[in-house]
Amino acid sequence: MNRFTVTHETIALDAFRRGMDDPSCGAYVQFEGRVRNHNEGQPVLRLEYEIYEPLAVKEGERILDEALARYGVEKAAAEHRGGLMGLEEVAVVVGVSAAHRDEAFAACRYIIDELKIRLPIWKKEHYASGEARWVNCQRCASAHDPG
Amino acid sequence: MRVKVRYFAAFRDDAGCSEEFVDSAGSTTGEVFEQCRSRHPGLHRHQASMVAVNDEMAQWDTPLADGDEVLFFPPVAGG
Repeated sequence: MNRFTVTHETIALDAFRRGMDDPSCGAYVQFEGRVRNHNEGQPVLRLEYEIYEPLAVKEGERILDEALARYGVEKAAAEHRGGLMGLEEVAVVVGVSAAHRDEAFAACRYIIDELKIRLPIWKKEHYASGEARWVNCQRCASAHDPG
Repeated sequence: MRVKVRYFAAFRDDAGCSEEFVDSAGSTTGEVFEQCRSRHPGLHRHQASMVAVNDEMAQWDTPLADGDEVLFFPPVAGG
């Protein structure tokens, strides 16, 4: 069973957490990324995630493997949602079970940080003004490769 | 050499299409991107852009073979 999954429905948080139960673990850390109502001064109404699933799953599994090896935790899993979602909905969840809290916190942090920069996932913000924009476009516009 | 090119997210908007075939004299992912850019002037290779070949992450100097599928990813923003 894949430990990194993509869904286009509401993430089933209770089932996700139950899947992380492990009697050898004294610590469980979960991170949820939620849809925020503002970005860079603009009111946001909705978010839309585009995910290239074949590679996102492959790379997501790789990141979870790295976290297990690097921090010696027992279990690590994550789920990312694609498509359109409203304010306060959960876009991504990461869970880590470990014997102790230190490695659980560290591994969870590692996973979410790597997911954000390595997975082929793109975020489009829909604003109260009616406009929609791919996030980061402002920043990448000033960061063109020379030539 | 003929390769299939796919554009994602902002790149799809910039190119005005989601995929196309390219007959290329170039031999790397970067060279094919430049060729696509001459076709679609709105396309720009931002610093954080990524490229994949046949569903494996690749580099901008990865060599290509006839029939490869090249995926152009604008800067990602998961989470």
